[in-house]
Amino acid sequence: MKMKKKSVSEWVKSGDPWVWLNAGAVAISVIMVLGLLLLIAVRGLGHFWPADVVESHYALPGESEYNIVAERVESLEVPAAQLREAGIDIPDNHQLMQRTLMKTGNRDVYGSDFRWVIDEYITNTQRPDMLFTAERREWGNLYGYLKAVKEDGQITSQTTDLTPTDSALATWAVFEASIERAAGIYDQIHDIEKGDIGKINYALERIRLKQRRLELEDKLTPAAEADLAVERSQYDEEYKGLQQSLIDLYQAFNRDTFVVQVMDGSEHEMPVAKIVHAYRANAMNVGQKMSFYFTKLWEFLSDEPREANTEGGVFPAIFGTVMMVLLMTVLVTPFGVVAAVYLREYASQGWVTRIIRIAVNNLAGVPSIVYGVFGLGFFIYFLGSGIDQAFFPEALPSPTFGTGGLMWASITLALLTVPVVIVATEEGLSRIPRNVREGSLALGATKAETLWRVVLPMASPAIMTGVILAVARAAGEVAPLMLVGVVKLAPSLPLDGNYPFIHLDQKFMHLGFHIYDVGFQSPNVEAARPLVYATAFLLVLVIALLNLSAVTIRNHLREKYKSLEM
Amino acid sequence: MAGMGIAIGGSSVILAVLLICFYLLYEVAPLFSSASIDLEASYSMPAEDQGESLYLTTEEQAEVGMRVASNGSIVFFSVADGSVIDTVKNLRTEKVTAFAVESDTSHLMAFGYEDGKALIVKHDYRISYPDGKRKITPVVEYPYGEDAIDVADFAIKKLTLRDGSDAMTMAAIGDNSSAITKVTKEVNFITEEVELSEQSEPLPFVADVASMLLSGDQRYLYVATRSGAMSEFDLRDFDNIALKDEMSLFNGDAKLVSMTYLLGKSSIMVADSSGRVSQWFNVRNDATNEEKLTFIRDVKQPVALVDLAMEQRRKGFATLDERGLVAIYNATSTRQVIDEKLSDNTARLISFAPRANGLLLEDSKGLHFYHVDNEHPEVSWSSLWGKVWYEGYQEPTYTWQSSAANNDFEPKYSLMPLAFGTLKAAFYAMLMAVPLAICGAIYTAYFMAPALRRKIKPVIELMEALPTVILGFLAGLFFAPFLEENLAATFSILVVLPVGILIFAYLWSRLPQQIRWLVPDGWQPLVLIPVVVFLAWFCLALSPIIELNFFGGNIRGWITHDLGITFDQRNALVVGFAMGFAVIPTIFSITEDAIFSVPKALTQGSLALGATYWQTMTRVVLPTASPGIFSAIMIGMGRAVGETMIVLMATGNTPIMDANIFEGMRTLAANLAVEVPESEVGSSHYRILFLAAFVLFIFTFIVNTIAETVRQHLRKKYGSL
Repeated sequence: MKMKKKSVSEWVKSGDPWVWLNAGAVAISVIMVLGLLLLIAVRGLGHFWPADVVESHYALPGESEYNIVAERVESLEVPAAQLREAGIDIPDNHQLMQRTLMKTGNRDVYGSDFRWVIDEYITNTQRPDMLFTAERREWGNLYGYLKAVKEDGQITSQTTDLTPTDSALATWAVFEASIERAAGIYDQIHDIEKGDIGKINYALERIRLKQRRLELEDKLTPAAEADLAVERSQYDEEYKGLQQSLIDLYQAFNRDTFVVQVMDGSEHEMPVAKIVHAYRANAMNVGQKMSFYFTKLWEFLSDEPREANTEGGVFPAIFGTVMMVLLMTVLVTPFGVVAAVYLREYASQGWVTRIIRIAVNNLAGVPSIVYGVFGLGFFIYFLGSGIDQAFFPEALPSPTFGTGGLMWASITLALLTVPVVIVATEEGLSRIPRNVREGSLALGATKAETLWRVVLPMASPAIMTGVILAVARAAGEVAPLMLVGVVKLAPSLPLDGNYPFIHLDQKFMHLGFHIYDVGFQSPNVEAARPLVYATAFLLVLVIALLNLSAVTIRNHLREKYKSLEM
Repeated sequence: MAGMGIAIGGSSVILAVLLICFYLLYEVAPLFSSASIDLEASYSMPAEDQGESLYLTTEEQAEVGMRVASNGSIVFFSVADGSVIDTVKNLRTEKVTAFAVESDTSHLMAFGYEDGKALIVKHDYRISYPDGKRKITPVVEYPYGEDAIDVADFAIKKLTLRDGSDAMTMAAIGDNSSAITKVTKEVNFITEEVELSEQSEPLPFVADVASMLLSGDQRYLYVATRSGAMSEFDLRDFDNIALKDEMSLFNGDAKLVSMTYLLGKSSIMVADSSGRVSQWFNVRNDATNEEKLTFIRDVKQPVALVDLAMEQRRKGFATLDERGLVAIYNATSTRQVIDEKLSDNTARLISFAPRANGLLLEDSKGLHFYHVDNEHPEVSWSSLWGKVWYEGYQEPTYTWQSSAANNDFEPKYSLMPLAFGTLKAAFYAMLMAVPLAICGAIYTAYFMAPALRRKIKPVIELMEALPTVILGFLAGLFFAPFLEENLAATFSILVVLPVGILIFAYLWSRLPQQIRWLVPDGWQPLVLIPVVVFLAWFCLALSPIIELNFFGGNIRGWITHDLGITFDQRNALVVGFAMGFAVIPTIFSITEDAIFSVPKALTQGSLALGATYWQTMTRVVLPTASPGIFSAIMIGMGRAVGETMIVLMATGNTPIMDANIFEGMRTLAANLAVEVPESEVGSSHYRILFLAAFVLFIFTFIVNTIAETVRQHLRKKYGSL
């Protein structure tokens, strides 16, 4: 085909420009999706990389020079006029200035974690090997030089060097050993506090409820009361023992302290017990950084959150999300499938079924917050308080099921996602060729047998698709959960070793809500931001995987029936 | 058997789904049900020998009633049967010539005597639990001492008082002179005892006074004559009391019946003999910065009023008229919740129980106690959707403000700002989503190479699966600050992108064939991806320069100062982008389906007749698919209206009514997420929130049903082709 070059008007007339514009819309949409995923991935995964710490001199014009030790966070170009408005004396020949956000950490010393600096006035930037970063259990990161390590107030090792001399490295080694020791004790304390003492408290609470219940039923005989008292005293005894060992452990835990020199040259003494990790990022090679990276990543997935959720891991949120989604699946699958089977196989196909079908379809489009409001009003306030009156009078006035919890959240989300399962299952059922059914019936199977042995197995991939889509939707839904049982910090997991093991009435944490809470409700949003990106990435990953598997199953299903449609 | 089981299971799921609709209605319905009033007890006047009542009230539980008799005795009686519990004789033997109540809630009253003195009395109730049963013991206290306070040197005819934490003021009027007394309380810092000091001043005399009121802060005195002439005195300079303002409360020859404060002491309610009750409060004039008592609204009964009673916890009041008919109103919603003839005899007084669940009525036969069931008087159609003039506001407004720190707060339940915010957010989202989604769908369905289409479609549909909490978080924490920094770039991208794409396309058509053939038809988006990225980068890089040269280096400042537009960081533009992002895949995939399912015979016919591809698109394909596109837009709209997390996180959540793209909004859905967990179960606020949920439910249901019907129709039409 030979094409002549066209003039502009011919080109416009051919309609090509419009086609290109439409192609542009596709390109923009694709860029937006991929860009967004890339942004979340980069920011989320970048968080765990041990960033270099720089030390520089910084002096604004007309102000005295000072030392700054920090991690670089991000850079921006700003008009100089804006900076002048902010009261910085910038020479007239500058129009645009590069501005960088530095994370200086040491919130306990300086009052804030971050400060903006203008790149132009940074001089003498170095990456000293001995500069270390310490992640602490409170107050955020610490940056500085290690000067000494003390045991019970006695110096065990010290150095005056800021360069990696033998003495500095020796002190560092003592410091690392001390951190490891404290971490070991911390684990023991944690085990006792959360595990053993938690168990005792739980048992004591059960005894209290038992007593209250007997009292309400007028069966609290002196004998029963004495029995309960004996039981209680056993636990109290056990508790006292644990209390003693805790005191000892805490003493050992708080034994060591260290002295650090921060960026303004002042020295501070701090307990080693406060430190989670300490590392010298500038001295690490790529291999070490990689291994550190994966340690941090694992910690993110497996640890509990610290510092009002802005640091540490998200394990309880992952666990809560999974538990809630599992329970929801257990509820939604049978009901959704039964409803679909009824609509497709049993109900007479008249205007009633058509209306029901439209209604079910539309319910998928009802805003999720409406389900949340319904769940709160109907399940929690109406059913829940009824259940409390009938079955848990001993715990009143504190509600058991009359408040948001795992069970209500799962049921609410099951209601929210049941249309998805119904629609997908119906589609699957409609794809099953008529002759398969008729064949089964001709061989003497009843309608129920046909359904159970032939139709449902053949529709199972469609059912799976529906369930997976429902799970994907439920995992990402936050608005209704905010009303029916999600909390920012749950004291314990909804599944543990205490009878009855699954605590359906308990409030739980959720990845999506974690994002909302940490990103918008936390006192130190700037410091928490990387963690939010990481959580968001995790959530996107889970949901993308779920969706991809739904698509794969759907394709597989189509392939399978192609052979039947002869 | 199995059939039965499945039928039961299936229909129960469907029922459960329908339950949502009915449950929401069930929670909303009480809002619009009218109140009821039922007689509980009727008895002759307790301690009748003491005379008629000057004042009637009950304590908190509405178990013990109290009446102040005309001879100055205080009679406590059982509300249930009228038996007298206690009669407290007046402390002084002088004749009681005037009586005033500070307020129903403070339990403070004052007697004025013929010798010009006044005695402050307080009725109070002690609760004890002998034998586990509640027992209420009424007592009378004299908080300002048992000695009467000198107020005037004449027989007091009218009296009013106002108590505060550091002063108490009383105004008295006699036959031809008037006086005012202020009792200042000071705590002696050594003994910690309260020391009282009095100051009395003469007051300009007003003749024929029917009622007086002291403002809550004791700064103003309102004196109203029988014919409705009102004088307002300024008491701030106590030594030099001046007339501040004069006005007429009503016209014609009606007579003033009663003048009292509504709860919160900012609205004055005036009842007159023409049957009208009018509400007045101070409105600040911006120009003069002065407050002026202004007529706000009124309600009317056809015959003369006898008494006016205020609710103690809400902005409600009741009127009693000559016929013995009691009407209960709410001031904010101007709603008459009840209108019932209660007495056939000459009715004199009415009074609300503190919880507004009971009403005492006195007529010539004695006392009658009624149970009142009036849960949600503050809600009416006009208060939900119309402009309401709230206390302290300069004009009627649409306002949503459901709670405040103080108890006498006037709840403002206008759904208008929320509905407006919802539509505003949806509008900006659609502005972003519709062009991108539809253009993208046109290309994908009609022009794109099938191999590429199989890849692109899932990518765009993946957007739909993205949790909106992530979009909201990115919008609030990444995009909003980014946009603020790069405003110039954002707006230039809107222009540069389409123009740039067109220029590129033209240049492309001029390229030698060898190069053009590298990219076959239907793969253009791949070529455009780097172009779009480059253009966006170009705009970003140019942004500071544009800002520097056209907006003095600070476009935000330019918008606020030069254009005078308020700029919030989290604004409608951010929401539009983020929610547009969430809506694109919905609109895209339905539109794409609609266009793709246009029968090939139609397009081939058009092409065979010599039309270009684009002509075929616009003249044949789009008209055929238009119902499908319409339904796509409807469904997208439904999604934008109900979206919660994005608006919750990407806007400031202030319920304002302003179409400004640089300001935020609060939507119905976000409002639910914010307020439902904190609202009290069964309260008006709670039910209004359920109403909001119901509105959302119905709106999306209708929109989706229309869209679905259109789509079904379309499918049927294509089926025949």
